[in-house]
Amino acid sequence: MSVTYIDAIHQAQLDLLRSREDVFLYGQDIGAFGGAFKATKGLQEEFPERVLDSPISEDAMVGMAIGAAISGMRPIVEMQFADFSSIAFNQIVNHAGTHFYRTGVPVPITVRLPCGGTPGFGPFHSQMVEALYGHYPGIVVVTPATVSDAYHLLKASVELDDPVVFCEHKFLYRWLKAARISEETLPLGRARISRAGKHATVVTYSAMVHEAVRAANRLAGEGWEIEVVDLRTIKPLDMDTVLASVARTGRLLALGEAFPWGGVTAEIVSRVVAEGFHLLDAAPLRLNARDTPIPYHPDLWAAHRPTPESIVEKLRELLNL
Amino acid sequence: MPYPPSMSSVSNSAQSLTSSPASGSGIGAELMRRTLRAMITSRTLENKLSSLYKAGKIVGGVYLGKGQEAFSASLGCCLDQDRDIFAPLIRDQAGRTAFGEELIDATRTYLGSALGPMKGRDGNIHRGRPAERRPAMISHLGTSVSIVAGMLMARRMKNDLDGVVGATCVGDGATSTGSFHEGLNLAAVEKLPMVILIADNQFAYSTPRSRQFACESLVDRALGYGVGAVEIDGTDLGACLQGIQTAVELARSGRGPQVVVGKLLRLCGHGEHDDGNYVSSELRKSAMGRDCLDVGIQQVIGFGYATETEISSWQAEAAERVQEAVAQAQREPKPDPFKEDWRACSEGGRESQ
Repeated sequence: MSVTYIDAIHQAQLDLLRSREDVFLYGQDIGAFGGAFKATKGLQEEFPERVLDSPISEDAMVGMAIGAAISGMRPIVEMQFADFSSIAFNQIVNHAGTHFYRTGVPVPITVRLPCGGTPGFGPFHSQMVEALYGHYPGIVVVTPATVSDAYHLLKASVELDDPVVFCEHKFLYRWLKAARISEETLPLGRARISRAGKHATVVTYSAMVHEAVRAANRLAGEGWEIEVVDLRTIKPLDMDTVLASVARTGRLLALGEAFPWGGVTAEIVSRVVAEGFHLLDAAPLRLNARDTPIPYHPDLWAAHRPTPESIVEKLRELLNL
Repeated sequence: MPYPPSMSSVSNSAQSLTSSPASGSGIGAELMRRTLRAMITSRTLENKLSSLYKAGKIVGGVYLGKGQEAFSASLGCCLDQDRDIFAPLIRDQAGRTAFGEELIDATRTYLGSALGPMKGRDGNIHRGRPAERRPAMISHLGTSVSIVAGMLMARRMKNDLDGVVGATCVGDGATSTGSFHEGLNLAAVEKLPMVILIADNQFAYSTPRSRQFACESLVDRALGYGVGAVEIDGTDLGACLQGIQTAVELARSGRGPQVVVGKLLRLCGHGEHDDGNYVSSELRKSAMGRDCLDVGIQQVIGFGYATETEISSWQAEAAERVQEAVAQAQREPKPDPFKEDWRACSEGGRESQ
């Protein structure tokens, strides 16, 4: 028996529905159909009053969740694809994100965003949007890379009083498996060292953690020991763990699947340079997707995002600086 | 006593309201008196806020509801302060007062007192007390419709919805937003006990109705969603109370969301920075341009619900209370940037910096 990443998300929601009466799920096709990715399969059967299909109205879905949250509920909103959260952007950043600061009343909503690329999904079903939400105050942005984190961080997100944008990577849904969901976990807001090393640090999150580990394994054959830091949440950003790693290695590659302008990798490089310039033995590098919309054809798509090959290439550049 | 007849037009929806030919008849004295008092208090406060703004005492914008008091206060008075939900918009001082908001909340927020509900972190008409069923609006129009829907959905899931009505207000301009349409549709799908007031005040800032929508009446928009709707004369206190009371009762009795469109004219600029010179004198002089406060006073006296002397005493009392609320807020400390905690998240979501 093994547990996939989407099994973990399903299990977290089931456990939350069973343990907390204030949790409910709201989203398109999530009821009897079980969701576009089956993250809510069978849940409406057990909780008909708390697993509800919504109209195709992302703005109203999040607005409704905010209203319910300030009335004592803990809604989990499923966006069918992260890309469509653009329609809910205003309610998330301007309504939910400002609410605690303005009124002192927290908004404990969790918005699940199936994000990231998979072959053939093209420009409107593949995007990484975490940097958009991370930019705004008042929002927690969670980006799990592992099966256990998908489970524990989703539960922690719902327990949190603040609005959470939960970025779950579609490529990991069924591809990523674990023997079981671990009992132990790190708290939300703490990064993890996924792979220890001493020659360079790759700071990344979500599906790119696995690509970075693959790249590191290839370089290991040549004697390079690459450390991989999995951020787990991009806001809060655990700079203590990042700086400690850079202190060990002296070299930094910030890696992300999002578009290259601004974003998480730029933030990482900027903070490491500002806060840990003295730790660096070489100029830090960034690697992101290309600055075009995400292409449809699998061959183009595979060359649009960072791959183990392009990560290895970038790491060689970093190690030779 | 004579007053212009109601101009109510009624939709054909099965859930629609009935017309109110003799506006005001059937409205109890207590309700009408209470609503008029809220209108007087609101107008008095807003006149003062306008003066303070022009004297440079208020930073940012001042947005008034002159000409909309009858429509707005009628909603505030028809709701139950102890259990209903009221999400006002920028021209709802009268509704806020009618729903029980203290004057000091308004003056503290406008004048930037640290003791106000927003502590200087947000200003003017954005204030609210969400924990007391009064959400704090954001500037993005139409967004409150789904917020109120969610507050009602929460109560339904907690088996606590019985007898509760949620209400919100928008203007004609807000009905052009996606947020409004998504929210209204969601409320209709969920058959929520909601009342949505649309103040059709002829202009969205400076843009006339003709550049805002092509349907004849905004009632049409509600009908398209299966929502009961009626259009009433928003300058006529009796018609407002009758129409809105019926809508609130229909919503409370399980008939789903109800829209009430009030035909009226904003008797001020968009904000006090705007002189409203785009409003033609013809429109100002039309029936729609009459002052609902004058109409309301005439109606209340005409029905024998209050005397002129009594109304004068209400006005004097309002002036005194407004003066006190302004003076108190002006004496209070401003927010201190050095004591501000600068936290947008509660403890759990904070980033260590």
